[in-house]
Amino acid sequence: MATSQTWLLRPFQERSTQLFLGVLFAAMVVVTFLHLFMPEDSALHVSAYTVTLLGKYLCYALLAVAVDLVWGYLGILSLGHGAFFALGGYAMGMYLMRQIGDRGVYGDPVLPDFMVFLNWQELPWYWQGFDMAWFAFIMVLLAPGLLALVFGFLAFRSRVTGVYLSIITQALTFALMLAFFRNEMGFGGNNGLTDFKDILGFDLRSDATRLGLFLATGIALAVGYVVCRAIVTSKLGRVSVACRDAEARTRFLGYRVERVQLFVFVVSAMLAGVAGALYVPQVGIINPSEFSPLFSIEIVVWVALGGRATLYGAVIGALLVNYAKTVFTGIMPDAWLFALGALFVLVTVFLPKGIAGLLQKRRQKDDDQPGAQEATA
Amino acid sequence: MSIHRLLARMVLAVCLALGATLANAQAQTNAPEALLKRLVEAGQAEKTDLLKALSETGDERARGWLEAVRDGKLAMIEDTGALVIVVNNRGRNWQIADALTGEDLGEMSRRDLQSLRVNNALRADIEGILSVIDLTVADPGQRLDAARNLLGEVNEALATQLQARLQVEDNGQVRDMLTNALAIYQVEQGDVEAVATLSGSLNPTVRAALNNAVNSDDPALAAAAEEALASIEQKLKLNRAAETLYFGLSLGSVLVLAAIGLAITFGVMGVINMAHGELIMLGAYTTWGMQQLFPGQPGLALILSIPAGFLVAALAGIAIERSVIQYLKGRPLETLLATFGISLILQQLVRTVISPLNRTVVTPEWMSGSIMVNEALSLTLNRLYVIGFALVVFAGLMLIMRKTRLGLEVRAVTQNRAMARSMGIKATKVDIMTFALGSGVAGLAGVPLSQITNVGPNLGQNYIIDSFMVVVFGGVGNLWGTLIAGLSLGTINQLLEPWAGAVLAKIMVLVLIILFIQKCPRGLFPQKGRAAEG
Repeated sequence: MATSQTWLLRPFQERSTQLFLGVLFAAMVVVTFLHLFMPEDSALHVSAYTVTLLGKYLCYALLAVAVDLVWGYLGILSLGHGAFFALGGYAMGMYLMRQIGDRGVYGDPVLPDFMVFLNWQELPWYWQGFDMAWFAFIMVLLAPGLLALVFGFLAFRSRVTGVYLSIITQALTFALMLAFFRNEMGFGGNNGLTDFKDILGFDLRSDATRLGLFLATGIALAVGYVVCRAIVTSKLGRVSVACRDAEARTRFLGYRVERVQLFVFVVSAMLAGVAGALYVPQVGIINPSEFSPLFSIEIVVWVALGGRATLYGAVIGALLVNYAKTVFTGIMPDAWLFALGALFVLVTVFLPKGIAGLLQKRRQKDDDQPGAQEATA
Repeated sequence: MSIHRLLARMVLAVCLALGATLANAQAQTNAPEALLKRLVEAGQAEKTDLLKALSETGDERARGWLEAVRDGKLAMIEDTGALVIVVNNRGRNWQIADALTGEDLGEMSRRDLQSLRVNNALRADIEGILSVIDLTVADPGQRLDAARNLLGEVNEALATQLQARLQVEDNGQVRDMLTNALAIYQVEQGDVEAVATLSGSLNPTVRAALNNAVNSDDPALAAAAEEALASIEQKLKLNRAAETLYFGLSLGSVLVLAAIGLAITFGVMGVINMAHGELIMLGAYTTWGMQQLFPGQPGLALILSIPAGFLVAALAGIAIERSVIQYLKGRPLETLLATFGISLILQQLVRTVISPLNRTVVTPEWMSGSIMVNEALSLTLNRLYVIGFALVVFAGLMLIMRKTRLGLEVRAVTQNRAMARSMGIKATKVDIMTFALGSGVAGLAGVPLSQITNVGPNLGQNYIIDSFMVVVFGGVGNLWGTLIAGLSLGTINQLLEPWAGAVLAKIMVLVLIILFIQKCPRGLFPQKGRAAEG
């Protein structure tokens, strides 16, 4: 029987996890080296802009891992994970806003610029405490986690599953988007939170901070990946896969399905929140558009492209799609939505197991082993 | 012929001619032209009488003259004594027209013109005379407007005239309005009994008059006025409720229209079509396209768009079904993703091919304007048409599903596909037809929507979440549920809006539905029996 220690360590014994972590850390080292030690005019030099861009991709990758955890291993297609991402982002944004202090346009020592602009006299209660980093970082986990807890508790308890759950998660993020667009909410309305200066005392515009954020994101992705791996290889993970494949049967076997679902859902929401929190200082802005249903559904297609229920597939999908997005929107912005739309259709019709499915098939052929490692629904 | 006779005849003729001339001269002093002439020379006191006489001649030009006098634009050319109306009195040279014939006389230096002087007392008199003139025109609608304008404006002189007018007025509405106008005057004079006349009216001027009366020194009058105001307030509340209900129903019928096609594809077939909103958009763009094809005939184009919108969207639906959905049978979540991709492609297609900007769709004349039920309640026509259209579409769909062969086969295939096939139903064909029907209805929804919302590439996105909410709220697979859910969600939204604001109301409705689904996961009208175990 596995003790709690081996429960967390087990992923490190897997070849796929070793490979994933190896590639990830190697890439981080290479990027750091190329950024710091290559002369700027060299073709191999990685600019600070590129480092931040890569950091952004890694945030998306972590978000995709979070979605894959619920979709791939729990069978819940969440079309609202952007909401958890954005909530984590807003928690971080609020901390960064308070760090501006009196350097804002209006020079108010406490109130952020947009509140001065709206003629607010004092900080709303829910902004209290965000000047302290530890509090803000806890909120990064707590805000999305709480939302997921309440929402999941209500939904799973009444056995809302499948398409219904997908649609109400979409409604959830849509409602939040409408709410955050309102100035009265006290989150900067339309413009969101921006104009950040520094984080933990480091200047956000300096190259060193950017590199640091990139590395932090890489480590967060590694930790998130290992945590997810640990969950899915544990007994709990096996029950959750059972819920995915035959919910009623699992319930009849005596498992409390809704508790498993709730636990996995909340963990996934927290991971998404962390991804959002790391995303905000790197792109320098958080606004309600992150809540848009389109963004949430885009995340799902990253996972679908990479391959469900593999975790590393989600990372591959997120990196590929976002790289393609950067390239496409740069060269011909009009074509991006065509490409994205076609991707949705092609992946679902022709690549139901994603890129990871292709890789597995090839490996199976080479090894000539019958039976897939991971069953997909 | 004798000379006598001839003489007698001549005398007679002369006499007759003389008499005629004399009579003529008498008439001329009362003719409009003469009155106008006398007006210029008359003193201030006499002017009012002259103007009144002028208005009583029944001459069509009287109104123009009175207005000209009021505005100080009636003038006399000093040299000739001819009366003119100043058309434009800017600058040194004024543009003038003949007062009698209306003929354009070009420009003339203002020094050569002598304007008729008016003071405020005269102006007020003229206003009164003018409104009385309007009370005598042939068109009852104009009479009603004139009577409405008189509310609160009645003075002593006018009151007697109105009483006279009341005797001859034959239109009921105009009579009521005149009675109200008189009653306001009487209340102002302290007449308690007149308050009773006013108690049923919804007119704001009446309310203002009553509010004044509440503060009067006469306790009896104040009490009566207060009572009348309370009853008016009650009536207003009812009207406001009716208005909210109307807005709610119209918003609800929009939701029903948008969702009813989805109720077929999602509810009956179980296909999650995220491109549903874009099919609505195609219908709206078809309307726009038809109007480009028939410029200047927006009404005809709109009517033709109804079948055209259905066809365009149905064909698009068939294309989607054949190219994607048939390969994803039994995988609802994948269908959701693939159709979402299609919706992105369709949106971008419209942006690239037509324009990223909103298109203007013309509203035909018979759809604009509103029906005024009473002073406090008017129903806009275009929303009335949308409500009607939604009900017709719903009834049509109900008929198709219940009474036709297609409806029977659709229900058979959705209930038990294998059994239906073994009974000889071509399930694939039924799939195509059902999806085409659902898509076509989405296209139908786009036609009226083009009248009340912006026609742009984002039109579909704005409706997709609402549509799903309506279908899920109403209970999947139940057309009645969709109707009830759409109408009630629209009404709830309108009820919340006054005190929560539009955005917050929408958020609250969304949260409400999310909570409701936790309570009743299968909607208002869940399917029962075997079909429910999906």
